[in-house]
Amino acid sequence: MEVEAAKAIGAGLATLGMIGAGIGVGNIFGNFLAGALRNPSAAGAQIGNLFVGAALAEALGILAFVLGLLIYFV
Amino acid sequence: MADPIYQFEIVKIVDLPDVTIPGLGVVDLAITNSHVAMTIAFAIIVLFLSIVTAKPTVVPGRLQATGETLFGMIDGLTESIIGHEGRKYFPFVFTIFTLILAMNLLGMFLTFTATAQLAVTATFAMLTFGLVLIIGFAKNGFRFFLLFWPTGAPLVMRPIVGFIEFIAFMLRPLTLALRLFGNMLGGHVALKVFAGFVVSLGALAAGGGFGLLGLPAAGLSLGMVLGLTALEFLVAFLQAFVFAVLTCIYLNDVVNLDHAH
Repeated sequence: MEVEAAKAIGAGLATLGMIGAGIGVGNIFGNFLAGALRNPSAAGAQIGNLFVGAALAEALGILAFVLGLLIYFV
Repeated sequence: MADPIYQFEIVKIVDLPDVTIPGLGVVDLAITNSHVAMTIAFAIIVLFLSIVTAKPTVVPGRLQATGETLFGMIDGLTESIIGHEGRKYFPFVFTIFTLILAMNLLGMFLTFTATAQLAVTATFAMLTFGLVLIIGFAKNGFRFFLLFWPTGAPLVMRPIVGFIEFIAFMLRPLTLALRLFGNMLGGHVALKVFAGFVVSLGALAAGGGFGLLGLPAAGLSLGMVLGLTALEFLVAFLQAFVFAVLTCIYLNDVVNLDHAH
């Protein structure tokens, strides 16, 4: 297999890691909404926690994305 | 279709002569588009904050209310996360937040996004991490290392959990830098890719015949660009906010070391 083709396939496979980030972020916001609808008065105070959780989950997906870029361009 | 990565290329606008710094080697000095974008962001912040504070009144007008909302948001953030000592760290968090927000938003208007450069975001992350280390050692001395000693865990587990905590701590600047960089890079690449679809599918449709089938797809891509642009404005704000929140949390770890454990 040519190196260029292998690189492209590798980069594509590396970005599959973002699936996990998608599931994670979806889980966080979904659960937040479920909780917020049950107790709307407590929802406002948890916005900070919500975004931190989402940011932490998302960071792992971004790592996969950056890895993909590194494989493809470097 | 143009290469979507091309927009992140740093171009020299004014080339200045190289200087040799002992220990560092030759440094290539130049005014680049990255430099220009950051300077504009800086000028906008200074201009904005001086306009909103130009004529302070007890009952704020429209402009003053804008500034006060921005100010109050970060003030509330430091207050709620760090506690009553939070006001001491407000200037740092506010500076970081406004700079990143201005650069992110400017990236939506200019052709160049300063925060889509790993060098810029890594500098922000290193600043935050360095400040956390300095405050941690200045306030707590060597008790700073208690941060990695989980008192809640069973004694046998503590070294292992502590080691993991240490690794997680050292990864903080990396994730801080990569999150902002990756979000900005990814968003702008996606925008460029869909914008490229509009042009190439439109060109296909202009050829006539079966190419006309490209017309609805081009329209769809155009709608996608519109939606993504709106999303990118949200992301631009959100990432600056997340950076500020995480900065506060990391500062809180070392400022309130005794209360947390």
